[in-house]
Amino acid sequence: MIEMQNVCKTYKKEVRALFNIDIKIEKGEFVFLVGPSGAGKTTFSKLVLKEENPDSGKIYFGGEDVTRLPRRKIPYLRRDIGVVFQDFRLLPNKNVYENIAFAMNIVEASAKEIRRRVPMVLAMVGLSSRAGNLPHELSGGEKQRVSIARAIVNNPSLLIADEPTGNLDPETAWEIMKVLRQVNRRGTTVLMSTHAKDIVDIMQKRVIALENGKIARDEIKGAYGYED
Amino acid sequence: MKIKSLRYIVNQGFTSVWKNRTMSLASVASVTATLVVLGLIIILVLNINNMAKLAQVQFETIQVFLKDELPLEDISDIGKQIDDIDGVKSTMYESKEKALQNLINRWGEQGHLLEYLEENPLPNSYIIYLDSIEGAHGVVYELEKIAGIDDIKYYKEIVDVLIRIASFIRNIGLALILALIVITIFIIVNTIKITLNARRQEITIMKHVGATDWFIRCPLIIEGIVLGLIGALLSVAIVHYGYYHFYNMMLTRFTVMFSIYMISVEEMLSRILIMFTIIGAGVGALGSILAIRRYLRV
Ligand SMILES: Nc1ncnc2c1ncn2[C@@H]1O[C@H](COP(=O)(O)OP(=O)(O)OP(=O)(O)O)[C@@H](O)[C@H]1O
Ligand SMILES: [Mg+2]
Repeated sequence: MIEMQNVCKTYKKEVRALFNIDIKIEKGEFVFLVGPSGAGKTTFSKLVLKEENPDSGKIYFGGEDVTRLPRRKIPYLRRDIGVVFQDFRLLPNKNVYENIAFAMNIVEASAKEIRRRVPMVLAMVGLSSRAGNLPHELSGGEKQRVSIARAIVNNPSLLIADEPTGNLDPETAWEIMKVLRQVNRRGTTVLMSTHAKDIVDIMQKRVIALENGKIARDEIKGAYGYED
Repeated sequence: MKIKSLRYIVNQGFTSVWKNRTMSLASVASVTATLVVLGLIIILVLNINNMAKLAQVQFETIQVFLKDELPLEDISDIGKQIDDIDGVKSTMYESKEKALQNLINRWGEQGHLLEYLEENPLPNSYIIYLDSIEGAHGVVYELEKIAGIDDIKYYKEIVDVLIRIASFIRNIGLALILALIVITIFIIVNTIKITLNARRQEITIMKHVGATDWFIRCPLIIEGIVLGLIGALLSVAIVHYGYYHFYNMMLTRFTVMFSIYMISVEEMLSRILIMFTIIGAGVGALGSILAIRRYLRV
């Protein structure tokens, strides 16, 4: 699914964000990306999304060389990758339904397809009853579930979640993890950056630890490995 | 591109114009002002050129007006002298009675007004046909030596002056218009920049979800075009009604002669309508494109 070969990334010469990264993530995996602040987790995601380009090395997504992808094809790469952020990033003046439908409008889905898919993902994240609400009427956990629904509505093969539980209390965080696990069970590869020790320890999934831009650890059923 | 996306894009474009009223108003006003000035210049230049063109028909002729009360033999003697000048092809005598009749014919419907004149104010004249325009100066020089000639009407000079005035106005106008267009584009760029900032979050999300560049840019370009078009239509209305009143004023205040030389209201409208629409839309689109290139990294 994702493969990096010898990838280096520096920002503005001085800041070395990632250094000699070699990694392979298979289809259907659930991977935690952990490590101290500034270790390069977000940079890792940005490289996969081609929001940033590496200084050297190769990045493959679904067998295709992302580093050589022409600009006009970037949107189509991103359509196959759902993204979820710590701060939800919902449009404040659109209701839940519209926020999700928006993602489908943009990829020019048919009206019929939108009417079919949106209720389906809403049900999947357990928000069928909140379709008409505006984001400010929702709790943090609910907002994050809307953002997950939006990320998966176009059926991506990869879901990148950058600290999706960062703004949530532990209990709500678990609700989100359940949703992510369910998304993963349906075949979507999940790559989640996190600082949540409990979650990583209990979930027993693959853990890739970054430190100073290098892979410090890569364990199949790993633990968080740092003190909080 | 599907109909639905098209609707979304056009909708977005219009919505932004409204949400962003203050700057939209500034943009529209700027487009309107620029095009109204352009309209004034066009009115002047086209009308002057038109006069020049009409005068040009008589380009290869010189008309000499004879002193009043000249005996017939003197008149024919003058005719012979003129015929002897180098560069004169032929001459035609036009008596004051004939001249008046011609004028009556030329005035058409209003011609009957002239029939009530107590005395004919027009002089007797010779119309001189030249071998070539180039020889005009030499002929005029010789004509000035002949006694009994009151005035020489030499169209080439008038035409030249008219053309010079028209091109002067055109050049000054062009510089002015270019400056105004630059200002207008600057205002539109800033209007679009505000929309861009207001929609930054939306655009970020659009990028993440995989919106193509055109899908993100199009609403902004539409917004610019809408601003330009509103400005263009307003200016067409202003220039049209302005010219309409000016034309009618010339007609009533001065002689009907003016209307022969002036471009009709309908023709003026058809000339500016397409031109202003294209310029308005073009300036709007250009402003958006510049704003996008400058402030939006898609
Ligand atoms: N746009 C940028 N310009 C310059 N430096 C940057 C930029 N983005 C990130 N960096 C630097 O690159 C390094 C890695 O940053 P990154 O955001 O990938 O860390 P992270 O692991 O996601 O951290 P956190 O856990 O705090 O989110 C940091 O030193 C950061 O300061
Ligand atoms: Mg980060």
